[in-house]
Formats: sequence, C-alpha cells, structure tokens
Amino acid sequence: MLSKGLKRKREEEEEKESLAVDALWLDPGHAAVAQAPPAVASSSLFDLSVLKLHHSLQQSEPDLRHLVLVVNTLRRIQASMAPAAALPPVPSPPVAPSMANNLLASSDAALSASMASLLEDLSHIEGLSQAPQPLADEGPPGRSIGGAAPSLGALDLLGPASGCLLDDGLEGLFEDIDTSMYDNELWAPASEGLKPGPEDGPGKEEAPELDEAELDYLMDVLVGTQALERPPGPGR
Amino acid sequence: MEEDIDTRKINNSFLRDHSYATEADIISTVEFNHTGELLATGDKGGRVVIFQREQESKNQIHRRGEYNVYSTFQSHEPEFDYLKSLEIEEKINKIRWLPQQNAAYFLLSTNDKTVKLWKVSERDKRPEGYNLKDEEGRLRDPATITTLRVPVLRPMDLMVEATPRRVFANAHTYHINSISVNSDYETYMSADDLRINLWNFEITNQSFNIVDIKPANMEELTEVITAAEFHPHHCNTFVYSSSKGTIRLCDMRASALCDRHTKFFEEPEDPSNRSFFSEIISSISDVKFSHSGRYIMTRDYLTVKVWDLNMENRPIETYQVHDYLRSKLCSLYENDCIFDKFECVWNGSDSVIMTGSYNNFFRMFDRNTKRDVTLEASRENSKPRAILKPRKVCVGGKRRKDEISVDSLDFSKKILHTAWHPSENIIAVAATNNLYIFQDKVN
Repeated sequence: MLSKGLKRKREEEEEKESLAVDALWLDPGHAAVAQAPPAVASSSLFDLSVLKLHHSLQQSEPDLRHLVLVVNTLRRIQASMAPAAALPPVPSPPVAPSMANNLLASSDAALSASMASLLEDLSHIEGLSQAPQPLADEGPPGRSIGGAAPSLGALDLLGPASGCLLDDGLEGLFEDIDTSMYDNELWAPASEGLKPGPEDGPGKEEAPELDEAELDYLMDVLVGTQALERPPGPGR
Repeated sequence: MEEDIDTRKINNSFLRDHSYATEADIISTVEFNHTGELLATGDKGGRVVIFQREQESKNQIHRRGEYNVYSTFQSHEPEFDYLKSLEIEEKINKIRWLPQQNAAYFLLSTNDKTVKLWKVSERDKRPEGYNLKDEEGRLRDPATITTLRVPVLRPMDLMVEATPRRVFANAHTYHINSISVNSDYETYMSADDLRINLWNFEITNQSFNIVDIKPANMEELTEVITAAEFHPHHCNTFVYSSSKGTIRLCDMRASALCDRHTKFFEEPEDPSNRSFFSEIISSISDVKFSHSGRYIMTRDYLTVKVWDLNMENRPIETYQVHDYLRSKLCSLYENDCIFDKFECVWNGSDSVIMTGSYNNFFRMFDRNTKRDVTLEASRENSKPRAILKPRKVCVGGKRRKDEISVDSLDFSKKILHTAWHPSENIIAVAATNNLYIFQDKVN
C-alpha cells in the first residue's frame, strides 16, 4: 500500500524513473479537490493505467470487465491531461514504446485509434471461436447460440476437443453422463408408472412405495442383467 | 461477557460454531438451499462441498443443528480451449440450488464457460442376489445356473452420490458471472460479460439469447454485464447490472431479445465525490432481489444500495460499507483491490443485509433500526461458542483500544462470499479458504 506523499518504488519490470506521487491526488481533504473534480491527473496515474491496460491485453483471455474499466479510466485521465500545456516527459515503458508514443499525443483521436486497434485485436481473437454470431436485427425468436458452427469447417480437423460444439460431438458429451433418466426425472412425482419390479421379501414388508431413485437403480440393474444375457456376436 | 462500550448489535449476538478448513483451496461461492438444510460451497479447484444440518436432538438442547460434510465432488475440471490456445479455469463461479421436488437434491454449478446440473442422492440399500454375478461380483457361467432368484434390496451404509445430469456447454464466449433459476423451475439463465442466455433444464444443446450488449465494433465497448438474477415470483422478469453502475429490469414478454429494458435504475453521480475512479467504484459487483420481490440490492465498491422497483432514479437506502477507503482509492487501484467483487445477501425477512469487506471483516445493516455492525471471521479472534465481538475501524484521530486503523487492514483477507439461511439467523462466511458458520445465540 502506498502511503501519502511517498515516492513510488522503482519496479523491476520497468525502467522508469521514480515518479513522485502527486500529493494533490491522494488527499481529498485538500480544499480544491474536495469541492471540484480534479483538474489534471498526475502522469504517474496515467502510466499506471497504461501499464494495467497493456498487462490486461497481454493475457490470453483478458478479464473484460477489468479491461473496460481501465480503458474508461484511461480515457478520463487522458481527457483531463489534453488541455494541459506542459506535460512532463513520460518515459516510455520498454514493453510498449509505440503505444506510449501514441498516447503522448494530446488528441483524443490518437488515443482512440490505439485503443481501437487493441480492442479490435481482442475481437478478432474472440471472433475465431464464437458460435454463429447473433444477427444485428432481431431474428426469429429464440435463435440458438449453442449449436454447431458450420463456418468453422476447416477447424473441424482439430478434433473433438475443439472449442466449438459440432453436431457429431454432441454425443460425446453424454458418453459418461447417465442419461437413462432423461424422461421427466427432475419434475416427476414419485412414479406410479414404473413397474414395482420383481423384488420380494423385505421390500414388501417395508413401506409399499419404493423411492424413485431406488426404482431407477433397479431398472439399471435389470437392464444391465438383460444385456449380459444376450451373447455378443452375430447370429444366435 | 463482553465489557465493550460499543453495544451495537444486530438482532442477537452471534455464536461462532465451527471453522471448516476446506483444504487449501479458496472458496469461490457459498449458497444455502431453499430449506437451509444444505449449504454448498464451490472452490477454485472446481470442487463442490455440501454440508448438511444435523437433526436437532432433544438430548443436546444447547447444540442447535450443526452443519457437517454431506457430499464432496469434483464439479469442473480444467479444460483447454484448442481454438484460443488457453486454459479454461475450473473455478466454480456460482452455485444455485433447485427447489426440492423428490428425495434427491439438484444444483447448478458453473465455471467460466460451462454450467452443469448435478443430482445429489442418497443410497442406503443395495441389491443382492444376482443371478449372473456371484457375491464378489464375478460373472458366473450361465450354463451352471439351474435356478433363478430375484435380487432383493438389503440395507447398507448411507452413501451420498453426486452425478452430473446435464452439461450446458459452448454457449458463452465470455466469462460466466451469474446463473439464476427461474421461478417456473423449468428454465434458468446464465450471464457472461456481454450476453445472457436462457436455458431449459431438459435441453442442453440449445439456449435462447435474451440479452446481447456486444457492440458491432469491439472498440466501442464501454460497458459489461456484471450480474443477473430472475425475479423470485414473476417468471418473465429479470434484472442485470453493469460495470457503469446501472441496473436494467427486463420483461421477457416484451420481445425475444431483451436489449431494451423495461426499467432503468441509476443514481446520478455525486459531484463532490467525483474522481477518476468514480466509474470503477460504481461498478456493481452483485445484484439480489429481496425475498419479497419488491426490492433489489446492489453492491458496488464502497456501498450497498437498496432500490425500490418502482423508483428508478435513485436508491431508497444507501449503506456505507467501508467509506474510509475513499481516500485510498489510488492505492487500491494500483494493487487492483479496487476491482474486487463483493457479494451481498438479504436475511430471510429482508430486514437485514450483509456484505463482506477487508481484513476478514463483514458488515450487517438492519434496515429497520438503521443500526450496523462490523464482525470479523477469523480463528485468532474468536473461540468456538464465543460471542462475536463487534469491530471498529479507526479513521483518524486517536485510536481507541481494540480499534484497528485503516493502514493496518489486511487487504489480502477479503470476504467476497457470504450466505444467509433462508429462514433462520444462520450465516455462512467464506474467508479465503475457510468457511465460518455463525448462529444466533441460544438463550
């Protein structure tokens, strides 16, 4: 945690000069700040935001909320800095010299352009793996999103573990899921329709109705037993 | 008994029951089921642990039903997205219970990309007397079988098993932040940063997109969805919150794609509090309907707000969670704490609201008496069965004994996830990898 008025420590990743934290910044008790919005952001806050933005974009899958909030904050800061006559020379972090140069330009357009290109990169990455894009106009009610992605035919070769759900791949999903209870198991009352089964003895002496879960399990057992009885191979 | 001068208390004092250390994994979600009998936690390792409340026994009047581990299972595994060449985290973002319809329990759990429906059921009988298998399970030669017998069910030790019943995958490009079960009990929604999808529990290969705020050009993106929830009674109504501090209420009867809201809740910015961080601290991290359905509660970085559904221009109540952080926003921005997402919860009668803070503190606000209290969830400061002592943060001037100064707060100890029993004064508080369950004192 930073204390008020202390210089920022030199960080190892970047070779920037240590910048004094603008005391005006951290002290809202300061009369001028308390009453009116801060006039000019310190360059350190600006650099910090640029670093955060870059760090966020460097991730393979950026946290979109974090990214959007940092970008919006950076825009605010840049907007407040633009009219300032003399900007202290901002040393460019080695990771993004071109971006820092862009951002030094005091016009909104330059910033927007660089932001735009960065965000566009993001959208290209997103675009590759998306299911079919929802139409801009209102399509028929209930357009499906989770279905197949026919436009990614070339990428089918990646195999069943691909990010997109292909029609064939659907079955793979259910291989290890017990789907024998597909029918209304969630909402069905204690079933009367299922045969009580051939159980005997203690079953009858106890409560006459079996749990639905137990009936299901019994069905499993019986179906499994039947499967065993049929000899494998052609012809009987 | 405590001799504190500060006697502010909410309802009754709270007794600390147990501290359950759930391995070394960080808890990422906590949720009671609809009766409060079960409490589910999800963690960063993709596991779900369910606790069940003990039946109250007449022998031990002083021991109210305590929560013991009922079931543990691996809900999500780390996955690899080959198209984007990145790992999909197995961390459980949210768990939501379905109302109980039969002997089994059902819950939804989700990570960033995939929602799963789990069935948790008990088995205390097993079949014996197979024809084709002997007692050890070895197959018998059918030719040796001369008589048939009918398998019978015999009692066995209780076994709780969790099975995945549905997997709802590949419908979210962005990270899922919320799931919410509809009051029709047939559908639910899942929300990511830019879209909200509506699912039918029976159908896993298709979902309806009901909200889409993705701009045509990503460079125009300025706002994301942060949370969403269905109305507790009206199955056509839901709300979603945004990173700009707004809440939109939508009616699914109005159109198939609910991009146009029915109601729009936003509080105008206070000009005296304006700073470069105004937008970040206004970003809503959680939104919850009251049990009555009349109000919504939102949590942003410094406050909790209660809104009346009939008044869109400002909240009816605002509670300061930790206003002493307002002067530290720059530092909190630097260490990213300003992006922490705290949740908030109502008690069963909607009279008290609770949310977490730093230093393992959590706060409760009584809406009727306007009293509030700060409590701490940590082993060092409370013994089992002890009454929790209210805490106080010293904001300046002379620090009293037992107060803690703002600069001494531990920002790595954050309470992001809490839950309140649906009808009783029992709360569950997740402090990093520890779960605390507190109950009302028994008089």
